Amino acid sequence: MSPVLTASTQGSESAIRSAPALSCRDVRVSFRDQEVVCGVNLELDTGQWLGIIGPNGAGKSTLLRSIVGLADYSGAIALGDGRTPGAADVALVPQAPIMPKGMTVAEYVLLGRTAHLGWLARESRADREIASSVLNRLELTAFADRFVSTLSGGEAQQVVVARALAQQCPVLLLDEPTSALDLGHQVSVLELVDDLRRTEGLSVLAAMHDLSAAARFADRLILIDHGRIVAEGRPAAVLQPDLLSAVYGTPLTVQPIDGELVVLPEPRRRAKPPKEAP
Amino acid sequence: MADASLPTTALPDADAAHSAVRRAFGMSIGAAVVGVVVLVAVGLFSATSGAAGLPVKGVLGALFDWVPLIGVDSSLSTTQENILFEIRLPRLVLGMLVGGSLGVAGASYQGVFRNPLGDPYLLGVSAGAGFGAVLALGFGLDLSWGPFDTVPAAAFAGALVAVLASMAIARGGGASPATLLLGGVAMAALFSAAQTYAIQQLNETRAREVLSWLFGQLNTTGWKQVGILLPYVVVCGVVLFIHRRHLDVLRMGDDEARSLGLDPARSRLVVIVAASLLTAAAVSVSGLIAFVGLVVPHIVRLLISHSYRVIVPLSALVGATFLAFVDIGARTLLAPSELPVGVITAFVGAPFFAVVLWRDRWSTT
Repeated sequence: MSPVLTASTQGSESAIRSAPALSCRDVRVSFRDQEVVCGVNLELDTGQWLGIIGPNGAGKSTLLRSIVGLADYSGAIALGDGRTPGAADVALVPQAPIMPKGMTVAEYVLLGRTAHLGWLARESRADREIASSVLNRLELTAFADRFVSTLSGGEAQQVVVARALAQQCPVLLLDEPTSALDLGHQVSVLELVDDLRRTEGLSVLAAMHDLSAAARFADRLILIDHGRIVAEGRPAAVLQPDLLSAVYGTPLTVQPIDGELVVLPEPRRRAKPPKEAP
Repeated sequence: MADASLPTTALPDADAAHSAVRRAFGMSIGAAVVGVVVLVAVGLFSATSGAAGLPVKGVLGALFDWVPLIGVDSSLSTTQENILFEIRLPRLVLGMLVGGSLGVAGASYQGVFRNPLGDPYLLGVSAGAGFGAVLALGFGLDLSWGPFDTVPAAAFAGALVAVLASMAIARGGGASPATLLLGGVAMAALFSAAQTYAIQQLNETRAREVLSWLFGQLNTTGWKQVGILLPYVVVCGVVLFIHRRHLDVLRMGDDEARSLGLDPARSRLVVIVAASLLTAAAVSVSGLIAFVGLVVPHIVRLLISHSYRVIVPLSALVGATFLAFVDIGARTLLAPSELPVGVITAFVGAPFFAVVLWRDRWSTT
């Protein structure tokens, strides 16, 4: 299958080193008087999967929202060439995408072309061909005429990924993309994204709840707590039981199973139940 | 960003994806053709029926004869030609323009407000226009300007004041749809109260005149009303047609729309302004014709598609057909006296809407 995306496919080692796909400098976001993202610096290299982990309310989603321009921030968010990212540069796969009633999968994917249209807001032949090649690429052809509101969670998330691909952005942001899915679909969606990253040269920035999945798919991890980065590096370096237990507020263990790190809650010692009377 | 690396092998799958995308992109050509045929048929039926029956063949001949470069012997008498060109056709065309305008404006409002109850009168257009008309008919308010007579001018001004006030309350198009909606409700209530009070101050004859205007009717004096409405139909129609795809993006909510590259507040503002101008112009020449703007987009949605790129243009077609058809009844049912066409649209529209509701097949956006 030939690549759908043209962006940033020149991924030679030197190019990867020289140009980050996206960088954040001292990004701060406040709601009312409370700062929820407090001076985050990060760099997403081209072709890299950077995972953002941290407990609920740590500021993961807010950081992603500020990158796509949905939250006001101070500081600098820039692409490799110094521009502020727009909808043609960064595609977001939202946590809970809205699936309008009566909209077909093909219509939904075609809406990914919005940022590329002229003022007549009409798709060109090229736009339509991009949409249909994305449908082919993700093997969604059989679904193309189905209504998005009738899809199962896993199918729906694939369709959202397809729409993001049709946006043809070099950077893909995932906001806990698998939180509504069962285990099998979680893995298949993440594998799909990982596959696309390799074949299409995408750079992926993903907020992730599942720490084991983060360890498996991400090249690097950023651990955020209360809006600040508390650890950063390769998964094995960030996923330290003591650190995670402190940040998540519950005892966690990290165990290598078949060469992959698996994060598990440590069974709490509970008070012994009173002995039943014989 | 040209895409040079598309699959070149023609897999059956690729064809299927292609045609699905084409369907998603397309305008339902078949439905549009059927719509145009029905519109023409209703138009012909309308032009030939009435107190003075005109032969179909003669009407067709006269119409073709009217087209430059075509010479056909129309076989209509001069009186019949006068009836056709100065009475029947102006009214028919006005009905089609008003119906089409209300259909498009209703579809646009439903899209912008993500609300199936969206209606061209949602932001107080009706109450504002009604109040303006009452002042003009009953109290001699004279804002006549250019081709606008007293009543249309006052109704147009009242409608615009009400919409602008609704938007000002909600602080512009940037406000959420719900806030705008509430602003509209507040303004509609205020202007309705003012209108009711004003009507109460009138004597019976005047009050009856005002009420029959409020019910909506297609009274024409030659082509004058068509001339007033046509510029708004062209300009606002083009703007709304261009923005129909934005309405599909807006269905995903403001956040997703923005992440896809649309400025939701800007799109909303443009669509609301265009739809309101169109409605105000329609109301100024025809009074308040109920239910067309509400029901027509739902008919298209039920029969053809939920996509606004189809709903907006087809609502123009269906709205035009519907009002032209209903107006035949308004002219002929109680001949020689006339029923306000708004009464018939409400009589037809309300039960239809009840059936739609009952079947629970409507869309929430």
